[in-house]
Amino acid sequence: MSEVTEQELHDFREEVTAWFRDNTPKDPGFILPETFMEVGTDQQFEFLRDWQRRVYEAGYLGMAWPEEYGGGGKPQVFQDIATHAMAKVRAPFMTNTIGLNWAGPLILKMGREADKQKYIKNILSAEDIWCQGFSEPEAGSDLGNSQCRAERDGDDYVINGSKIWTSLGTYAKYMILLARTSSEGPNKYAGLSYFLTPMQLPGIDPKPIQKLTGEYGFCQTYFDHARIPADCLMGQEGEGWNIAMVTLTFERGASGGQAGGIASMELNVNDVVELARRTKRNGRPAIEDPWVREQLVSFLTEAKSNQLMAARARIPALATDWPAAIPMSGKLRGSELKRRMCQFALALQGANGARYVSDEAVDGGRWQRSYLNAFSGTIGGGTSQIQKNILGERVLGLQKD
Amino acid sequence: MIEFTEEQTMLLDTAAEFCRNESPMEVVRGCLDASEVNRPQWQQMSELGWLGINIPEQFGGLGLGLSSVVPVAESMGRYLMASPFISTVLAAETLNVNGNETQQANWLPRLASGAIAAMALTEEDGSWVLDQISATGEQKGEVIRLSGTKCFVTDADAADVLIASVTLDNVTRLVLLEPAQLPAPIRETVIDQTRRSFRVDLDGVEVTSDRLLPGTDFRRLELAALLLLVAEMSGGLPSVLKLIVEYIDTRKAFGRTIGSYQSLKHPAADMLLGVEAVRSHLYHAATLLNDDSGVEAESAVRMAKALAAETYAFAGDRAVQFHGGFGFTFECDAQLYLRRALWCQYQFGDEHYHRQLLTSLLLD
Repeated sequence: MSEVTEQELHDFREEVTAWFRDNTPKDPGFILPETFMEVGTDQQFEFLRDWQRRVYEAGYLGMAWPEEYGGGGKPQVFQDIATHAMAKVRAPFMTNTIGLNWAGPLILKMGREADKQKYIKNILSAEDIWCQGFSEPEAGSDLGNSQCRAERDGDDYVINGSKIWTSLGTYAKYMILLARTSSEGPNKYAGLSYFLTPMQLPGIDPKPIQKLTGEYGFCQTYFDHARIPADCLMGQEGEGWNIAMVTLTFERGASGGQAGGIASMELNVNDVVELARRTKRNGRPAIEDPWVREQLVSFLTEAKSNQLMAARARIPALATDWPAAIPMSGKLRGSELKRRMCQFALALQGANGARYVSDEAVDGGRWQRSYLNAFSGTIGGGTSQIQKNILGERVLGLQKD
Repeated sequence: MIEFTEEQTMLLDTAAEFCRNESPMEVVRGCLDASEVNRPQWQQMSELGWLGINIPEQFGGLGLGLSSVVPVAESMGRYLMASPFISTVLAAETLNVNGNETQQANWLPRLASGAIAAMALTEEDGSWVLDQISATGEQKGEVIRLSGTKCFVTDADAADVLIASVTLDNVTRLVLLEPAQLPAPIRETVIDQTRRSFRVDLDGVEVTSDRLLPGTDFRRLELAALLLLVAEMSGGLPSVLKLIVEYIDTRKAFGRTIGSYQSLKHPAADMLLGVEAVRSHLYHAATLLNDDSGVEAESAVRMAKALAAETYAFAGDRAVQFHGGFGFTFECDAQLYLRRALWCQYQFGDEHYHRQLLTSLLLD
């Protein structure tokens, strides 16, 4: 790849900033979800899918993915600039998150040529929505204990069991599925296999789950003698655990290769500061309360920490003690900060902290709803407690629980 | 947002190796309550050029700025090294910013080549507000007569020059003092036993007015002091965490290593994130402060200090606790880190003080 000049980057930055300024959809007239885990109505889904398609067609998604599969074939820096531009105008997020950031990079890294030809372009255009079938009702964060079974029968695998927390399950065309092909083997991990499974088949039934907010957005997906073609198997039987771990490194943001684009409407610490200027505690602006002030400074510091850690991780000479610590803790840090900021936002509202989504609530109850939804980040993809185990064990080298 | 130059990288490599070799734990322990500065080691630092890193080339230094001192101070902190390095660098910085040309020409070349300097800023009331102090100077003609007492003056007994703050005509000023002008400094008992801290009595000390620094930029002086302290803390943090990890991954209770229990593992993970955050803030603050002392640099430095103080004190505290009964003994190294952390926490403002200042900087 030829060197990129500063001028090219500068020009591109201007171009993409202008495009998002001119093309980002205005208020759709209904509440948009903040992450792909919260898409609860057809109206929301169609709106977001259409937006992703437009961004892709404009050339600002998958810019660093290979051209032959539908990507842009450009250096990563272009995608980073485009992603930054999206975030800056607070554009709606790219709804096919699992395809763009987990399944897509996985297929590009480990998939067969035919898989790349078949899947990549439609991930980018949001033509094919992807979902994830890792967690199970009885297994939660203990993925290795998955019990959903896949049995080889002629040219098919027959799937039985269920998966839970399937975001976009009713809209998805494909699922990345972790299932048990064997109970033999030296340990629980050895019998797991990894499938790229079509969703629209007899015997596969995604049932929406009502969340703590009262809304929908997740499914429990039931498999009842569902037959999927044997070539859906990724890698070999028994390699499922390793492939799932590679997927999780993409999910945790620990390695590059994602299509880019923003994955959520990020709550910014400045939104909380701004809220404190508008709300009152006992008749006085919340921002004048000494306790509020010190808390805000702590949040500003923590948000800054996350930015600066990303910057320092790119300087190898300054990432020598535990080089994996920063990349492996992204989800933990980001999701916990968000949860606590939303929780704090309620405290800025006095008795109105106890309202919920309604006209009377501060900002229509957005903060209360965001707080309840924030647990999706601190629980999904491995709870914060599991994340700390991972840091303790894989980064610090402590023994398993 | 974070710049790290070739020079800084080289300084970090050299300093890390030097400090590792020069300051193993038995040497650190040998330095506890030491009656004198480790001169041979000081000589070596001088030969490595470290004492002139932030001194302009025209005065015999390297002219690299404070941000290049940071990797050295950080490495010293990593190995709990005790030396007059920080106070000497700070004195040079004070002269760079507040001294006139004669004062700079007189002292900077000496500091660059191994003279020791001490900073006499804090007083008995323990206030962190550097430009509100009780010591005074009274000018009579060309002579200024001083009174008051300075505390926490590290390595005062070995200093070739001291810089003290005094109030003169209601303005806080900085004055250069030489040991011959002063009564013998009195050793103080401080929590960090690697620190050689002294009380310096200024009553009746007389200096000529050419010893007065024309500049009074206490803000820049404070930010420089904070940056160096954060560097020291940032260096100590990975060391104390490694000490903890090594112990809890070896020590067993109820048939398992204690580090396998989440009640120890999770705080260790929290500390890891703290270590990473502090180091990131440190080099960000160093990047900003090198070129500018605007509000952005000030915020970055104060944030870094607040976070580092809290994080290091927590890590030191947990280091003692997680060593169990052994942690309660003098023999266990955890106490060395805790004591160092407490010193650093309470010098130049703790986390609450800096957050308080940050509320105005960031919210008003």
